[in-house]
Amino acid sequence: MKAPWAFQWAFQWAFQWALLLALVVLGQPARAAAVAKASTAKASLVERVVSPGGIEVWLVRDAKNPIIALDWSFRGGAATDPIDRLGLAAMAAGLLDEGAAELDSAAFQDRLADHSVGLAFNASRDWFSGALLTLRENRQEAFTLARLALTAPRFDADAVARIRGQLQVAVRREEADPVTVAYHALARQLFPDHPYGRPLRGTTDTLAAITIGDLRGFAARRLARNGLLVTAAGDIDPAELAAAVDWIFGALPAEPAPAAYPDALPNALPSADLRPVAVPWPGPQSLFVQAGAGIPPGDPDWPAALLLSHILGGEGLESRLAEAVRTRRGLSYDVQCNLQSYARADLFIVTGSTANATVGQALGLVRHTLAEVAAHGVTARELRDAQTYLTGSFPLQFTNDRAIAALLLDIRRDGYPAGFLDHRDALLRRVTLADIRRVAARLLRPDAMATVVVGGATGPLR
Amino acid sequence: MGVFWRPFWGVRFAALALALMVPAAASARVFDPETFTLANGLQVVVVPNHRAPVVTQMLFYKAGAADEPAGKSGVAHYLEHLMFRGTATVPSGAFSREVAAHGGVENAYTNQDQTVYFQTIARDQLPLTLRLEADRMANLRIRPETAAPELAVVLNERRQRTEASPAARLREQVQAALFQAYPYARPVVGRPAELAALAPADARAYYLAWYAPNNAVLVVAGDISAGTLRPLAEATFGRIPARPVPDRVVARGAALASDQDRRIELKDAQVRQPSLSRVWVAPSHGWAAEPAQVYALEVLQTILGGGATGRLYQALVVRQGLAAGVSVDYLADALGPGQFSLGVVPGPDVAVADAEAGLNAELARLLHDGVSAAEVAAAIRRLQVGAIYARDSLQGPASEFGVALTTGQSVADVEAWPDRIAAVTVEDVDRVLRDVLGGQGSVTALLLPDPDAPTPEEELEDVAAAQGMARGAVR
Repeated sequence: MKAPWAFQWAFQWAFQWALLLALVVLGQPARAAAVAKASTAKASLVERVVSPGGIEVWLVRDAKNPIIALDWSFRGGAATDPIDRLGLAAMAAGLLDEGAAELDSAAFQDRLADHSVGLAFNASRDWFSGALLTLRENRQEAFTLARLALTAPRFDADAVARIRGQLQVAVRREEADPVTVAYHALARQLFPDHPYGRPLRGTTDTLAAITIGDLRGFAARRLARNGLLVTAAGDIDPAELAAAVDWIFGALPAEPAPAAYPDALPNALPSADLRPVAVPWPGPQSLFVQAGAGIPPGDPDWPAALLLSHILGGEGLESRLAEAVRTRRGLSYDVQCNLQSYARADLFIVTGSTANATVGQALGLVRHTLAEVAAHGVTARELRDAQTYLTGSFPLQFTNDRAIAALLLDIRRDGYPAGFLDHRDALLRRVTLADIRRVAARLLRPDAMATVVVGGATGPLR
Repeated sequence: MGVFWRPFWGVRFAALALALMVPAAASARVFDPETFTLANGLQVVVVPNHRAPVVTQMLFYKAGAADEPAGKSGVAHYLEHLMFRGTATVPSGAFSREVAAHGGVENAYTNQDQTVYFQTIARDQLPLTLRLEADRMANLRIRPETAAPELAVVLNERRQRTEASPAARLREQVQAALFQAYPYARPVVGRPAELAALAPADARAYYLAWYAPNNAVLVVAGDISAGTLRPLAEATFGRIPARPVPDRVVARGAALASDQDRRIELKDAQVRQPSLSRVWVAPSHGWAAEPAQVYALEVLQTILGGGATGRLYQALVVRQGLAAGVSVDYLADALGPGQFSLGVVPGPDVAVADAEAGLNAELARLLHDGVSAAEVAAAIRRLQVGAIYARDSLQGPASEFGVALTTGQSVADVEAWPDRIAAVTVEDVDRVLRDVLGGQGSVTALLLPDPDAPTPEEELEDVAAAQGMARGAVR
């Protein structure tokens, strides 16, 4: 799949796991993406299916292509890793498709390949997730392989050694990536003494310490039906789906063991006296990341915050930040902001990059733009255009089964009911200029943002 | 590359597609496209997909970085950025504002062989995107007050994506070594000095030379038919007169095959984990002595790559424990020469030389033994299933047709893809294996940590000193 923004490089250093590195440090934003993209779906589009075993699945059924996409998440991701076993959830994710029951790694991978089944697992901060993609004709085999991976993973010594090595190499490559370096520094600064401040995939040392017993314990204790969310899209009817999820997940224990991390994570909000952190980095370009307190999905101000964030620094070339930093002055190729939410923290993030010599100027423009909007709000036209964009771009997401299943799962992880899809447009449309002013005053506090600069910046940072 | 960066877009789905190694292959029997050509020569492809009331519009110009005049590298991509900066009647930025205000998303990218502008939007807004895209095909205005900051944006893009990344810098060196006199030797974003010296007149000249309806392909995928699109396209693009354009195959010149294997090392303090790649010039759709070679190479790529069951992964990662990861890439969609490449990331405690020795041994074994009938049959099956998964996408098929039609292929070629893959034999694969991977002229690239390089802290002091001097000079 070609990323449309990417150079069409003649060859690529792409490896199976390399994409794992592409995401931000804190892991996948648990909620921001979902609502930013969700909106006017007809509720009738989504069927709520409850299996005889009591598993609830959201389904968007479409028989135009003979394929089925199934996505699921278990509550409790990398944030549950013991501090001396950081990377445990990530390593378990890498190993669930490396052999199960009587099938060793090679046999399991052959079965997947022979039936053209895609099965992938992933650990984020708050969730341990899986995705299955299959042709309709091979669905029984696909469901069985998913069931085996979840309920009878082998964790053979050779596979464990191999995946451990891959993760250690991935961690080492991350150390050379300024984007990851920036987000790690930001996470440490925002969340000291909290799992969110720790590296999602651990360190080479903590990865080395993980035993086969740890991995077996993770699978046995963390994968359970309570806290499981499942979504599906494609060529499958509700009765088949109900039977499928009972087959795949029914043998899991009902309740997960209590997590080995504090039940209530503190809300980790940046404090007002955070000083900019400069991470020296060779080369001509500097990267900056800023973060302040965000707004959780479900908050009455969330729709206004989403519109505000889009007007300030949404994708594209029309935002206030892009106009000030990029279009008018050419200081940056990319300057953006967004809302990111996790189970225990909500962030407002600004990112950009610029030449070393212009870091101070770019950060000054960001600060000025935020302060300007905090003081004066936005124009009626900006609000109207943002409302049209965020409601109108929603159906664009509903064009393929993989995307639909993933989007539904995002909405479920945000804690919204299925009817949210009916109301999202109205929630956005009823936001007024006064709402934006109120939320801007709450959200845009340039003095209360953590700042990390990775690069050769020298002058004053603010 | 895009006119702007979308950091989060697609990562999640890309991961699953990668797990499947689904090729972006297309078949007319799968996509069932309709085609027509306007009187002014604009080719139009319609890919019906009635999943949602949405369309993706993609305009492909048969002009890319490889079609730039000597000394003006980067001008094709610079022009791509300037295409968002206004026309005679549409102000700078208004194109993007209009599309977004009607709920659409858009971007653009420049490649060696084509420049592409695309939008995805509700079906009933298609007249808007057709009108705006046709307008900037004919009426672009390049103004000094917007051209100057946009050049600064492009220089930022180059610094961010190339100069800040040792791997990206090495890729530039590899392409230069591999292609030598052929224009693919130049980076799409441009060589730094040439890029910095570009003037608005250079972009204007490129625009006038190549941006004509008879040198473009319009692809519209989604909830639409050719019958609906045709009058809309005629009322917009149809009003633009055809213009003579240069023969770009002639202008690019010939590619001389090198008979020398070369080696490039890049040591950098930023690198913590070494890696290794080897790349060969290979037949492509636009550059093959016989077209069957390309399909055989696609099968070979699937046998060698092909995810966790791929031959190279099984040998180097699973059985020998020499590598943490491998990659096998084949660039077939090119008007000029294609390329076939292997990549290896050594395991955590493996010396890069040992990993390379393992790769060499595996290559020698492969060249000696060839591939088996079972491997070829399995690869063909996987590639054909990939075509079914490829249908579950709006932009994927549109992109496939656009790229094909700008790299010397026809709609019929794309239609015949599953049949041509199915016709590949063991002998075909063994022949391209020995011709390409057994041939001369490869480039081996090593990305290595540099134990002697200044630490980031030392370099920072150098940067500070250099900036001080620069400021002094200005005063």
